[in-house]
Amino acid sequence: MEDVEHIEKKMKLIDENGLRLDGRKPEDLRPIRMEVGVLKRADGSAYLEWGGNKVLAAVYGPREAHPRHLQDPTKSLVQCRYNMAPFSVTERKRPGPDRRSVEISKVISEAFDSVVFSEQFPRASVDIFIEILQADAGTRCAGLTAASMALADAGIPMRDLVASCAVGKIDGVVCLDLRKEEDNYGDADMPVAMIPRTGEVLLLQMDGHLTLDEFDKAFGMVKGAISSIYEMQKEALRKRYAVTAEEFADQPEQAPQERPPPPPPESEEPREMPQEIPPDYEEGQQ
Amino acid sequence: MTEIISELQRERVYRLAASGTRSDGRTPEEVRPLSIEKNYIKNAEGSALIRLGNTEVLVGVKVELGEPYPDTPDSGVLSTGAELIPMASPVFESGPPRPDAIELARVVDRGIREAHTIDFKALCVTPKEKVWICFVDMHVLDYDGNLFDAASYGAMSALTCTKVPASKIGKEDYPLPVQHYPISVTAAKIKDVIVIDPNLQEEQIADARLTIATDENGDIRAMQKGLRGSFSYEEINRVIGLALKASEVIRTKIKA
Amino acid sequence: MDSGPVRREIVIPGELLGDKNVKPGRGTFAEREEVFSSLLGIRTERYGRVGVIRLSGRYMPYSGDLVIGVITDRGPSHWLVDINAPYPAALHPMETPWRVDFGDTGRYLEIRDTIIANVLSVDEIKHIELTMQDRDSRRLVGGQLVDISPSKVARLIGKRGSMIAMLKDFTRCRLLVGQNGRAWIDGAPKDMTVVSRAVEMIEERAHMMGLTESVRAFLETEYGMRAGPRPR
Repeated sequence: MEDVEHIEKKMKLIDENGLRLDGRKPEDLRPIRMEVGVLKRADGSAYLEWGGNKVLAAVYGPREAHPRHLQDPTKSLVQCRYNMAPFSVTERKRPGPDRRSVEISKVISEAFDSVVFSEQFPRASVDIFIEILQADAGTRCAGLTAASMALADAGIPMRDLVASCAVGKIDGVVCLDLRKEEDNYGDADMPVAMIPRTGEVLLLQMDGHLTLDEFDKAFGMVKGAISSIYEMQKEALRKRYAVTAEEFADQPEQAPQERPPPPPPESEEPREMPQEIPPDYEEGQQ
Repeated sequence: MTEIISELQRERVYRLAASGTRSDGRTPEEVRPLSIEKNYIKNAEGSALIRLGNTEVLVGVKVELGEPYPDTPDSGVLSTGAELIPMASPVFESGPPRPDAIELARVVDRGIREAHTIDFKALCVTPKEKVWICFVDMHVLDYDGNLFDAASYGAMSALTCTKVPASKIGKEDYPLPVQHYPISVTAAKIKDVIVIDPNLQEEQIADARLTIATDENGDIRAMQKGLRGSFSYEEINRVIGLALKASEVIRTKIKA
Repeated sequence: MDSGPVRREIVIPGELLGDKNVKPGRGTFAEREEVFSSLLGIRTERYGRVGVIRLSGRYMPYSGDLVIGVITDRGPSHWLVDINAPYPAALHPMETPWRVDFGDTGRYLEIRDTIIANVLSVDEIKHIELTMQDRDSRRLVGGQLVDISPSKVARLIGKRGSMIAMLKDFTRCRLLVGQNGRAWIDGAPKDMTVVSRAVEMIEERAHMMGLTESVRAFLETEYGMRAGPRPR
């Protein structure tokens, strides 16, 4: 981690009116655009533009986990690979994972591992791929937000969507959603991912300098942003399957060819996570 | 990881190709719809997003200062790479480039280089010391057959809109000097049937593959035969003819 | 919620469906006293039970399912079958109608063969066993395979089999639909292409209104006639 005080500030990041380089107020988000279901081969996918970021996320799974010695007989693995394209940054990045990408992949994997109902798919793997096509700071937040929609698009059962945003401090002012220059010359940066409904924080990283008060302010700010982003995710997912209501009423939930499956085995142990009713459980067949 | 294709599917795809109407409705000589979106990535000096049918490739060109090769001290450098990222297909794995990614990059590179597409002398800054290096990175996003052509069209499209960032050394930015337009066309051979621009299903059952890059004068600049099957001399000539014919429309689209 | 006709809405994972007065069904989970959706899908309510029909997702096998599989490997006393699930399925000779000697499996089913079978069992760690003892089980020859999302198989079959029947009537093709999102079509080449395109249509519009009418209109355009099957 760099010692922020020793970096020479080459520019003023906040002007006399309290506005940032691109005219935003401290609490303003950059423009965000989301689209779900953009790839043909992946089981689920989403594309996201966030300020100058262009991010593509895709999900394959659940599928058999390879290599076999990594398989977990009790549940599915949830593995994320975050990668930046060589042309995504100002100075070309050599292809292949660097240490930063490996770390980001790990913390994002852990965030999703917490929400996916992985016990339904023992020995399998849910593989999440995040590709940064164009970068402008906040890529892990953009990637995670996109990946969340890709998971839903792939039909992976989850407790909730996960939304993510970063907050930081520039020129002594706590500001939301830093862009590249602000991140480079700012005083702190803190990416966060949460489930807005429950308030659970699934990803939290920070580097820089924040007082306890500044942290509180920053957290409050990013929590609000995450709620807004969550609403955008829901909207994008709904749009993918644009409407239809009554027609579905005519369709059978169980077609003639289906035979009712057996109920799941009983589980004695109490679980930390809320128990999902497995899709094959249905009593009182008509 | 390989996908096992059922015998009856193989039979079906072959029968259709042999009948003159392929599984996606095309004739054996038809290329899928091609869409090109240039300047897609602002951080890159040049870029293009290509869709060839459902195959999607994003190509970025980064132009950076570097040292010339000792045997060409006053020439710029072209470096071409390809990544078959795992999201593009269930059979692509993470990890260092496998032979197919390397072959793809080298074949696309050969087509562009052998046609003297870029005027390398115009990329010289200080002979023996400093030249511009063009890094062409082809990022496969969605794989539905025929990466050779999709990636090549992406590379060519990206190069045609690339700016050399000479302002970094106190001069004015200028467009990358593109002087020739090689176009690659790939054919697949399924038993005795030859089809142009194979889709995924056709590629999965193809016995042999032939890529031909031709320039605007109708001359051949690069060729690559792939897979375990073989071509007869007549078949090769036939593919060359089909490639020349198909390349005209594509060249116009890329130059636009 | 509504007093009028039952409204079906798209719900997303984590969306609240009801409180403890509601019985949780497919595609939901309970947390404390509330029921939430675990899937992206359509909210349904039947006999007081709230569930979610998913709009996408890979095939998860259940005992009894009819499936279309492709042989991917074989050993002296078993075959491995790809049934489009996250796991390969096993087929043992005693679950086939044939008397297979040890080492002789290749005589009956070879790699890349296509079969119709049923899922015999799925255990807790998802080992899948198939059976071909059913009268309809067999090795498939000729024709073609078409993929459809497992979540849309019900639409391809239709209410009481109505969609399948319409497709078969118009195109005179044989059509078998596996729960695992694979369908097998057999008929004249042009007719098979029509079925294939109809399946694509169903895939794209499974969640939309007027699907049955759209498919019917498409079939009528292809075969140039009003309602009803062709004379046999």
